[in-house]
Amino acid sequence: MSRGLNWLQALAGGQAQAGYPASVKVVDGTLGERAARYIAVVPDADNPFPRARNGEVGLLEGWALGQAVDEVIAADRDKADKRVVVAVVDVPSQAYGRREEALGIHQALAGAVDGYARARLAGHPVIALLVGKAMSGAFLAHGYQAQRIIALRDPGVMVHAMGKAAAARITLRSVEELEALAESVPPMAYDIDNYATLGLLWETLSVQDIEQPAADDLARVRDCLLKAVEDIGTSRDLRGRLGAANRKASSRVREKLRAQW
Amino acid sequence: MTDSSAVNVARLLKSRSFVELGARQRARALLDEGSFRELLDPFDRVTSPWLPKQGIVTQADDGVVVAKGTINGQPAVIAAIEGAFQGGSMGEVGGAKIAGALELAVEDNRKGIPTRAVLLLETGGVRLQEANLGLAAIAEIQAAIVELREYQPVIGVVAGSVGCFGGMGIAAGLCSYLIATREARIGLNGPQVIEQEAGIAEYDSRDRPFIWSLTGGEQRFASGLVDAYVADDTDAIRAQLRELFALGKPAQPRSRRHAWYLQRLADVDTRTQLDAAAVRALYEGEVR
Amino acid sequence: METLSFEFAAGQPARGKALVGVVGSGDLEVLLEPGQAGKLAIQVVTSVNGAEQRWQHLFERMFREQTPPALNIDIHDFGATPGVVRLRLEQGLEEVGHD
Repeated sequence: MSRGLNWLQALAGGQAQAGYPASVKVVDGTLGERAARYIAVVPDADNPFPRARNGEVGLLEGWALGQAVDEVIAADRDKADKRVVVAVVDVPSQAYGRREEALGIHQALAGAVDGYARARLAGHPVIALLVGKAMSGAFLAHGYQAQRIIALRDPGVMVHAMGKAAAARITLRSVEELEALAESVPPMAYDIDNYATLGLLWETLSVQDIEQPAADDLARVRDCLLKAVEDIGTSRDLRGRLGAANRKASSRVREKLRAQW
Repeated sequence: MTDSSAVNVARLLKSRSFVELGARQRARALLDEGSFRELLDPFDRVTSPWLPKQGIVTQADDGVVVAKGTINGQPAVIAAIEGAFQGGSMGEVGGAKIAGALELAVEDNRKGIPTRAVLLLETGGVRLQEANLGLAAIAEIQAAIVELREYQPVIGVVAGSVGCFGGMGIAAGLCSYLIATREARIGLNGPQVIEQEAGIAEYDSRDRPFIWSLTGGEQRFASGLVDAYVADDTDAIRAQLRELFALGKPAQPRSRRHAWYLQRLADVDTRTQLDAAAVRALYEGEVR
Repeated sequence: METLSFEFAAGQPARGKALVGVVGSGDLEVLLEPGQAGKLAIQVVTSVNGAEQRWQHLFERMFREQTPPALNIDIHDFGATPGVVRLRLEQGLEEVGHD
């Protein structure tokens, strides 16, 4: 059992849609009064791709995510009230392997990003709920195109571009040096509270039981999801992520580009 | 000598390697002559706020050149990544330059100005010294490509020698069209990371022919993951770019073809490893 | 990483600005801009520590031969050899000489 699956089942309550790989769970349900599609990538010990059995986002997962969101866009195309899309995020990484590179995993993950971005642009409120890891390419594909990102507070909830050991090797430092740097360089930190200072998270929630939500936890998270939908309103962009002190260069660059355009 | 072979010799003598050019020269070479105007140029000194505190020397443009100009007389913006600086990795400032330029191109199109974009992708992905800000910037670049693509083709050029990896490999997959040379590689994970995570038998990061056989420009073109395969020649790349813009937006972007790809992937025998020929056979036969 | 500053006597301000090089391994980026008449000011940010004297000598040798124009020069160095430094500087000086 994975956190992602537990939270998905608790929040969405229904049966997973047929026609998807076992690693991509798609459940249609509701959020308050509104229709919602809940999506999670989960471990599948029998995944045909051996390097994608522990909840990684690989070839099948990338394309299937694209399919799951594209379906929603198509089904709601002529509706005024667009379904909410909730990405329940617990993804340790993208899949690393020869088959993956050979078959174009970069393109498969682009399929997922395409779906989520277009859903947002079409007027669907898209929310990412981080219940575990949200790493690198996997998070880009599943969650990072949402208008609002909500994280649960727990050491197992982390956002980053690369695991510590690999990052240390590539930057020719020790893990201890990396951790020390992360203390004075917030974008390098692994914990969710440091991540929150970058202004990318909309809300961080504490829950009683991170692995298997208690009733109180569910109520609090649902309430937060509802508030997020309200906060999104008619917004279809990612501008809400700009403005934190630790991201001021991102705003300054945009201002100067505009002035010189 | 016949007239046509004299022309060929003349062309050979004039041919310039695109791969050997730096980012700024590449951008200038691809825009209409004389139209290049750089935004946030190095003299503006908008540099990384994060590198100096780690003892890393910054580059005045943070490794990204953004320039406005024209392509065949139409307004265009080009973002060129300098692969020589920190492996072309995306930091907060460089990433914002690309995302911001694409966002402004979208605004132009909403106002009826048909600004199109070209991305010169020479990057290993996120700059680990800026980790989460690099990753967030890449998400915004991806968002802007998807949005701009609705109005104008967004064309990516991967020339090498760094290639295009990480989150920017995903961005390449979102482009309306991709141009690649033989020197180019396009993928998600860098060879060393795969070797570290999955072992040398799975992926030998020092086996260059093996790596290019799977992720090189020629292979990607032959497998339908790249739209144009060109010689490492500035004039040829210029011409190819203009040809693709003239086609207009593709009927269906590759990144929307989940049904097609899932069907093909269902046919893969994953009990054995895969080689380049098998991938080409799997993905070929598509009328684009 | 070190930041070093140098100053030399110079002539009239250069006519234009120029940028040469990149901050790649074994290379350097040089930004040249017109400066205050009579003064050539150079700031070097370098990944190699303890080489202040070598920079001083390199610049002295370069500007001993001919009075340079008045410039503010910013160098971002990533371990370039003196030969490469000199090459980039000469490229830059040539470019600001044109108009």
